[in-house]
Amino acid sequence: MASVRPAVSVKITPPLSTPTGREPQAPLLMRMTVAKVNFYYGPKQVLFDINLNIASNKVTSLIGPSGCGKSTLLRTLNRMYETVRNARLEGEILIDEQNILAQDVTALRRRVGMVFQRPNPFPKSIFDNVAYGLRINGVKGSIADAVEKSLRHAALWDEVKDQLHKSAYELSGGQQQRLCIARALAVEPEVLLLDEPCSALDPISTAKIEELLVQLRDLCTIVIVTHNMQQAARVSDFTAFLLTGQLIEFSPTPQLFTTPSDARTEAYITGRFG
Amino acid sequence: MSNRLRWRKFVSHFMLTMTGLCALVAVSVLFFILGYLVYHGGTSISWDFFTKLPAPVGEAGGGMANAIVGSAKLLLLATLLGVPIGFFGAIYLAEFSGGTIAFVVRYAADLLNGVPSIVIGIFAYGLVVLPFKHFSTLAGGFALGLMMIPITLRSTEEFLRAVPRELREGAMALGASQWRTIASVVVPAAYRGILTAILLAFARVAGETAPLLFTALGNRFWSPGWNQPTASLPVMIFTYAIAPYDDWHRQAWAAGLVLLGLILIINIVARVILSRGVAVPRT
Repeated sequence: MASVRPAVSVKITPPLSTPTGREPQAPLLMRMTVAKVNFYYGPKQVLFDINLNIASNKVTSLIGPSGCGKSTLLRTLNRMYETVRNARLEGEILIDEQNILAQDVTALRRRVGMVFQRPNPFPKSIFDNVAYGLRINGVKGSIADAVEKSLRHAALWDEVKDQLHKSAYELSGGQQQRLCIARALAVEPEVLLLDEPCSALDPISTAKIEELLVQLRDLCTIVIVTHNMQQAARVSDFTAFLLTGQLIEFSPTPQLFTTPSDARTEAYITGRFG
Repeated sequence: MSNRLRWRKFVSHFMLTMTGLCALVAVSVLFFILGYLVYHGGTSISWDFFTKLPAPVGEAGGGMANAIVGSAKLLLLATLLGVPIGFFGAIYLAEFSGGTIAFVVRYAADLLNGVPSIVIGIFAYGLVVLPFKHFSTLAGGFALGLMMIPITLRSTEEFLRAVPRELREGAMALGASQWRTIASVVVPAAYRGILTAILLAFARVAGETAPLLFTALGNRFWSPGWNQPTASLPVMIFTYAIAPYDDWHRQAWAAGLVLLGLILIINIVARVILSRGVAVPRT
């Protein structure tokens, strides 16, 4: 495990205006805080001094060209990077003011769920896929009810309610990805991380998932990595632009896409590179 | 048509024909052996073969009931020894270890796999037969079990490694511990392959004769318990085939057929069981 630095006393000011302007200006609650994070794979540093605040019940998207470290940053939030040998994190990541490195990793991952690039249902039935997280966490109460609830949240219930005991692999790619979302939602995470969840999907499935993400904001905090700028613009409240391991700009989404403050952000969003 | 083009076409046709012929030869050898065995074994086999003890020399009839039961007991012991060690060792290799330890274990398993089976027999003789001062089912099962370890270990490891990384991460992202992930996602995803590997190991040792020659030895009568010499099908085939009696030759053919049938049945049953569950699609 990476050594934990003493708590840094740097105050990071979050972008405070609500992005859409529809809502009244309520103060934003911060769910997670990334403070002074440096990240290494062996001797190679891939993240440089990242500071980021993740607002509660909002969608935050991470964009940037391939290899900029956006997926790596996402994988620090649930300590998924620990599955890679020689990976090392310096700095502090807080969830509800508690350092995630000081927590039991399985408990943390129950609070911070994750959906991956390619749909990865388990070789089990649709029902058992969704029930998996409940069973391993020893959740009491009706598993069947919880499964139905999660599938409804993932907008998949109507399509699969008559075939819950069929193999998850009989579903289409888009349905499989929504199943994975349902599986992650079943343990009622506070934060849901999505790592380019639509990159393996067709446009119609992508649209369904994007629609879903906007609704899921009410349920949990969402962080999504995407290489698709339009997608970030459509679904997210805040956008962070990363380049070669550095956080270049972090603003409310409309602001980042209309009036970026950094020339590199502008170059990227206007398609001059990446 | 230019000469060059004609030559290319010729080479292409020639290679196609040659590879096809080789494939045909390979398959026909198998079918020839099978046919020969079924022909000779089929005409010699009878109900008595399964129910009676071997007849004394010079007397017609008799069977190999003791050898069938003996083989079953030997294989049971071998499976109890070889499969758990190979299986859990493979889990360690594929999931936990890295670097030097994995390399050493893998290399040792490959070496053990290449050790001639007669040497395994001598080893079991020295380790089990000599201290106990007599041949036994136990010693034979031990020798066969040793042979099953590396086969099970290496092939199980391969199948575990073939499970996509995304499945492991999916489970861990839900808060599953590493062991929970292995037990509830990785092994279920690989279990068809693992079972096939175990069956192959089983089939391989079921026909082994050399390790049994001076461990289980042989027995013309029933072998009660685990601590006495026992008859087994491969050793019976060996003994009967080199004997100078026509009747014994026929019995050996029948034993060969029974051994083959046994392995075939196990394979079919296993495949039927395997075809139920959910498989991970290949990507």
